[in-house]
Amino acid sequence: MTAASVPAGRSLFRAAELIGDILSRPSGAIGLTLVALHLLIALAAPLIVPYDYKAISSLLMLKPPSTAHWLGTDHIGRDVLTRTLLGGREALLVTTIATPIAVLWGGFLGILFGLSGGWLDDMAMRLVDAVLSLPKILFVLTAAAVLGAEPIVLVPMLAFFYGVPVIRVARAATHDVVARDFVTASRARGHSRFDIIMREILPNVRDVLLVEGAMRWSWMLLTFSSLSFLGFGVSPPTPDWGLMIKDASPVMSFAWWAVLAPIAALSTLIVGINLSADALAKALGIDRAQKAPV
Amino acid sequence: MGATLIDVRNLSIGFAARDGAMLPIIRNIDLAVREGETVGIVGESGSGKSTLALAMMGYLKGGLRVLSGEARFRARDTFALSNRALEEIRGGDLALIPQNAGQALTPTLRIGAQMEEALRLHSSVPSAGRAWRSRELLAQVRLPDPAALLARYPHELSGGQQQRVAIAMALAGEPNALLLDEPTTGLDVTTQAHVLELLRDLASRTGTAMVYVSHDLGAVARVCDRVVVMYAGEIVLDGSARDVLRAPAHPYARGLIASIPRLDIPVLPEAMEGRPPRPGGAGAGCAFAERCPLVVDRCHSQRPELEDRGGGVRIRCHRAGEEVRSGATRKRTIPRQRRMDGDGRELFSLADVSISYARPGFIDQLLGRTSAGVPTVDGVCLSVVRGETVGLVGESGSGKSTILKAIAGLVPPSSGTVWFDGAPLDSHVDRRTNMERRRIQLVFQNPDASLNPRHTIAEILAQPLRLYLRLDAAAIRERSVALLDRVRLGPHYLERLPSQLSGGEKQRVAIARAFAAEPEIVLCDEVTSALDVSVQAAVLGLLDQLRSENGTTCLFVSHDLAVVRALVDRVVVLYQGRICEAGPVADVYAMPSHPYTEMLLGAVLEPDPDHAPVLLGEDVVERAPPAQGCPFQRRCHRKLGAICETTAPPSEESGGGHIIRCHIPREELARLQGAAPASPTRRTSSGID
Repeated sequence: MTAASVPAGRSLFRAAELIGDILSRPSGAIGLTLVALHLLIALAAPLIVPYDYKAISSLLMLKPPSTAHWLGTDHIGRDVLTRTLLGGREALLVTTIATPIAVLWGGFLGILFGLSGGWLDDMAMRLVDAVLSLPKILFVLTAAAVLGAEPIVLVPMLAFFYGVPVIRVARAATHDVVARDFVTASRARGHSRFDIIMREILPNVRDVLLVEGAMRWSWMLLTFSSLSFLGFGVSPPTPDWGLMIKDASPVMSFAWWAVLAPIAALSTLIVGINLSADALAKALGIDRAQKAPV
Repeated sequence: MGATLIDVRNLSIGFAARDGAMLPIIRNIDLAVREGETVGIVGESGSGKSTLALAMMGYLKGGLRVLSGEARFRARDTFALSNRALEEIRGGDLALIPQNAGQALTPTLRIGAQMEEALRLHSSVPSAGRAWRSRELLAQVRLPDPAALLARYPHELSGGQQQRVAIAMALAGEPNALLLDEPTTGLDVTTQAHVLELLRDLASRTGTAMVYVSHDLGAVARVCDRVVVMYAGEIVLDGSARDVLRAPAHPYARGLIASIPRLDIPVLPEAMEGRPPRPGGAGAGCAFAERCPLVVDRCHSQRPELEDRGGGVRIRCHRAGEEVRSGATRKRTIPRQRRMDGDGRELFSLADVSISYARPGFIDQLLGRTSAGVPTVDGVCLSVVRGETVGLVGESGSGKSTILKAIAGLVPPSSGTVWFDGAPLDSHVDRRTNMERRRIQLVFQNPDASLNPRHTIAEILAQPLRLYLRLDAAAIRERSVALLDRVRLGPHYLERLPSQLSGGEKQRVAIARAFAAEPEIVLCDEVTSALDVSVQAAVLGLLDQLRSENGTTCLFVSHDLAVVRALVDRVVVLYQGRICEAGPVADVYAMPSHPYTEMLLGAVLEPDPDHAPVLLGEDVVERAPPAQGCPFQRRCHRKLGAICETTAPPSEESGGGHIIRCHIPREELARLQGAAPASPTRRTSSGID
């Protein structure tokens, strides 16, 4: 598999080949399609929604799906389809910015600690353990409650808390690479530290970070939605899946459509990301079962 | 000979490629093993020999499928049997001895518990008798003190002992047939020789049939009566060990045997060019046609059948009947290309170098204690003249690789100095100048690990060129092409990744990278031990040629005494990080020698059924060197007495710089070793036989 998954040549060609490889796997084809569909909907939603997401109507309260309202209406008569199509935009915006930040800073520190070893590495890892043991939702929630649930607050919070586990993954991957002979060879030749990181280590850790990033992305989406569900995230009337689930859950027993639509939307996105990450890991030849549990 | 035990008929096994095509790993195998027969299956990596052996017990590795044919054990088709029935056969009547016994034993269970489990599953011994039977089995594989051994864990045993335990467990079900998958690969030469003698003895004493899978023709020659040679998933030659090894009728077998370095022929072995086809890539003709010196047109178009030529010999070759042997094989007279620079100036030296991996503990540091036990390498002095090739030999743990790392500045010595061209080198590579680093280059054992899998060959070769010679892109490319040409690879390799190269090609790239820096000394760490024997010959030839063309000094570390003999001018024999013997290669390989050298030379296997290794001393592996006296005292078969334990042996030098460090005077050693049988008669050890 590795021979097929590591094509030679330019990085663009490599990327194209990689996507081809992912799509050739059932999990990858389904996952990538789901993710692409969600991104497309999030971008195009304002143009295609049939109703105003804010339009309230006392006459249309909790109507089941019909030809006029394909997914029915909610407890104050808003169109569920409209709100579901729009409901992922905020979550995707925040998490899509926060994920690369988390991977970059976490990966950078992880490589540094993995390379240095010794007491610095030991101390840093204990600190990472300590942060990981904190219930991060509490901190994000407090920040959102105090400073407001704006992207400017949520992006750094999520990027911080989801970057910490990346440190550990990057450090473990670096440890594996550092012990290999090509790094020893590079040291023996006398290349600089920076050269060794950029040329020898990063290319071998990059794939692990890519997969890790995909996983973190789906976790962040869940956390973001949980925040809304708990009432500390997106404020009404802005449509958001977490908020929709919260609003519709009390009437779930007789108006199932209002809660099912946002749940389906959130699940398909998260399942899609996970399937893609899985196929990506396989295409890159990384065995996720062997990765350090975080 | 008894009834047929294992019967493989027209068996083909393959896997599905990504595009759905079935690619065969083994093709149309017909092979019968009778009761009491010892059959060796030899071939290079990828020849399908392990797949065939595992198929005999109805096992297929993940993704593999039977394409045609069947494998029968006692007339029952193993692929048609239920799991229940297979469980009864496996480990019972037909037992497997794996390559790496250390991994096959459960690390958390004592040997006794594992032995009893094997007995419970595969024998009718009642529970009360199992402990006794375990001891008996361990004694049968000649493990000392079986009772104490039962209470040990696998990690407390040496590699050879672990392999013996695995053999004892396989014997628990009193099998009629043993499958051995490279059972001695990875063991030290002396340990290997002992395990092979044990297997040979078991086969003759118990009448157990054996199927011995190995790439090592020397090991097969020692154990098997019959040898089957595989190439690209096919049987190409089958016959008695004597026929196959002494007068191989197939050109591939001939090439394979010619590529083995021999202790008695101090020239580089012949290389076989090319590489075997990939699975499914054999085409319509003979799979060996591309590399065959006897190839004719028919070979490319028509696949030869496995023909029975009488006398138990089967051969798959169109030209088998013809008298083509003379002139077809090149003579083994390629002399080593020697080019000593002649000025005889010392290029570099080790002055009393000691290396300790053990770091002093925190408390010791606080108390200002610096020494931490017995060092791994102790008091090594070595002087190397410009243009010379020096071999460092010894078993695993002898410190030979550690010494190379110290020279490269990767492991700082705890005391002593490395001198280079008249000036001391800093112990740490980071503090050396770029020029100093350029002059010393390393080639590692395993090219899979030493080449970055993410870099193209162009990038790999560019690194030293950019770093040391500061060339621009065009010059780098030009130089890289020239370098590839010198290691006989075409310029199209530049764009490839290491994963797209074969093992031999990767090692050539690693050698090209080392020579790219235009070094004055190249440190070679077991550079061919990860390669197939035919590839090894080519890489050794190449290394020797580059070395002599550039007048490069070379330090060559190896555990293989025959390889060292073929390549070097001078040898240093190390035991536990201490020099036992050193001198010109001819002197060291001739008697008198240090008892350790004598032991190593005796254990070397030859691909010749009439050659018997001479086993001296016991098969034990030490963990830490003794604090005083001779490092070899515990294993020495010529130990004098208390003096060996208390006093470090004097180093006795003869004319010509041949040093032996032993309490026994040279004349006495010569007398003792002259009396020892040098002729290939079977001599068993004083210790355990």
